[in-house]
Amino acid sequence: MSELFDLPSDLQNSYFGLVGLHLREALIPVLAGLLVALPVAQLCVRVRWLYAPVLWVTTVLYAIPSLAFFVILIDYTGLSELTVMIPLAVYSLVVLVPAIVDGVRSVPQETLAAATAMGFGPVRRYVQVQLPIAAPAIIAGLRVASVSSVSLVSVGMLIGNEGALGNLLNSGLIYNQPRLIWLSVVGTAVLALLVDAALIGLRVLLTPWMPRATRRNARPLAVKEAAR
Amino acid sequence: MIRIDSVTKRYPDGTVAVDRLSLDIPDRSITVLVGPSGCGKTTTLRMINRMVEPSEGTILLDGVDSRQQPVNTLRRSMGYVIQNAGLFQHRTILDNIATVPRMLGWGKEKSRARARELMERVGLDGALAKRYPYQLSGGQQQRVGVARALAADPPVLLMDEPFSAVDPVVRKGLQDELLRIQEELGKTIVFVTHDIDEAVKLGTMVAVMRTGGKLAQFAPPAELLSHPADAFVEDFLGADRGIRRLSFFPSAGLELLASPIVAVDATAEQIAAAGAAGAPYLLVTDADGKPLGWSEPRELTAGEIKTDRLLSYGRPFVTGADSLRAALDCAVLSPTGWAVAVDAEGRAAGVVSQQVIGEAIRGAHAERRADAEPGADGGEIQKVAP
Repeated sequence: MSELFDLPSDLQNSYFGLVGLHLREALIPVLAGLLVALPVAQLCVRVRWLYAPVLWVTTVLYAIPSLAFFVILIDYTGLSELTVMIPLAVYSLVVLVPAIVDGVRSVPQETLAAATAMGFGPVRRYVQVQLPIAAPAIIAGLRVASVSSVSLVSVGMLIGNEGALGNLLNSGLIYNQPRLIWLSVVGTAVLALLVDAALIGLRVLLTPWMPRATRRNARPLAVKEAAR
Repeated sequence: MIRIDSVTKRYPDGTVAVDRLSLDIPDRSITVLVGPSGCGKTTTLRMINRMVEPSEGTILLDGVDSRQQPVNTLRRSMGYVIQNAGLFQHRTILDNIATVPRMLGWGKEKSRARARELMERVGLDGALAKRYPYQLSGGQQQRVGVARALAADPPVLLMDEPFSAVDPVVRKGLQDELLRIQEELGKTIVFVTHDIDEAVKLGTMVAVMRTGGKLAQFAPPAELLSHPADAFVEDFLGADRGIRRLSFFPSAGLELLASPIVAVDATAEQIAAAGAAGAPYLLVTDADGKPLGWSEPRELTAGEIKTDRLLSYGRPFVTGADSLRAALDCAVLSPTGWAVAVDAEGRAAGVVSQQVIGEAIRGAHAERRADAEPGADGGEIQKVAP
């Protein structure tokens, strides 16, 4: 059994070490993307005309090939993990910004009016009312962003072997070892599924207040479109 | 007292939502703002808690300009009930109701205890405390909305078309409940509606507003119905304002006839005596005196009255408690043209014909004209259930 997961020594890591690295490189950018997307989305909700140009910018950024991104970034961040993670964070915005905007906008007018009338200031209203009610939409966005990020990390192999399971795929090709290729591809797919399942679990935990019938369809249309 | 002093709301695009409105809203009573859509009634309500800032004029609370205190302090001192309730869907019923007390720093336990007390007050089953809003019916949600507004015991309650989105049966229940709660708590309530029937039923004072944000008339409902200020108000009140006005006349003065009533186990002599009184129909009651139905005297045979052959008596009115409008309605609905009056226990107290009710209406109108000329304080007119 242990031979199944034996890796060539030039990878300088065990299989599960690579899995851990892969997770890290995939999820930290999504988290960073979320931290950027929250204020940007809030700005788009408050200043309506900003939303269209912001969406346009995120889409253009998403259209930049990762390789081109790396070439530019290498001058600043070198052959490091950071060079892989920055493009991934930028890519996540194309899903996260519309997810949060749609989520926050889905809060019914009368709920907002009631909150204001009860003496909620804008910050309290955002944190205690809008964000919690937007949570299902935000998590739906996080699911798409995370899964796409998990699959994109492998490209990092191209710059100084920062591709985690992607490096393994490369080794498999070089040494002509199908076992390594399978380990990489199946490992990445399983990882994506597990991350997705964890986020579904998080949503169920956070939203006991959602009607059961709509829980399964919590992913808003815009996110589905953005996910393509 | 809330004094709205020549307040105008003009939007940047030039629309005037409220135009130099002045209104004195009396304490511890329900003041209804009513009018067609676009008359500025909701804008007026929202200027009281400064969700909308007036362009001109001032709003005084007990003589103090409402802009004197921080806006959120002002809002927390006024309960607010909105159409569709506007509950926080992500919080339990109990936590929804406890919102304002928690913000005011009452502490978790005290706030929740208060919330439980209010659930009972608005007629909600305590078992709903841990539920979420989506698990409640529209009417229940609206009760939660009222409880939430009352939670911190504010002296003022602002209600913005709170019952418009529920079906008529539930709405009637909520209205009755509001009147009952108001009886107990005596809040200063400002209530916005587009439904003139609701305004007449709930209001101690009713402000009718017209498109363009102008006040058309400010009067107690009875005066509104008897003396509409102009053609607009008259039109807005609807074609049957005369009938609706009867809601304000008690049925207590009606002359009830007890002679055409026979019990189901009556003797031949009793039936003959009742028939001899001259009424075209006799009302048959059960042994307890509760009405069963009408019959012509010659159809009744002592000892073998068939209750399933009796004519339906429609709906009875409660003598004293119900209004002349209810009595007239009963008479109109009754197949015999006679209304059945019952006492509080539901026992037949007497019967009365349409003619007698008509005379009572004419008499009441004449009396009302004599002692309440327009402009006189109509607030003393006792409101009875319609």
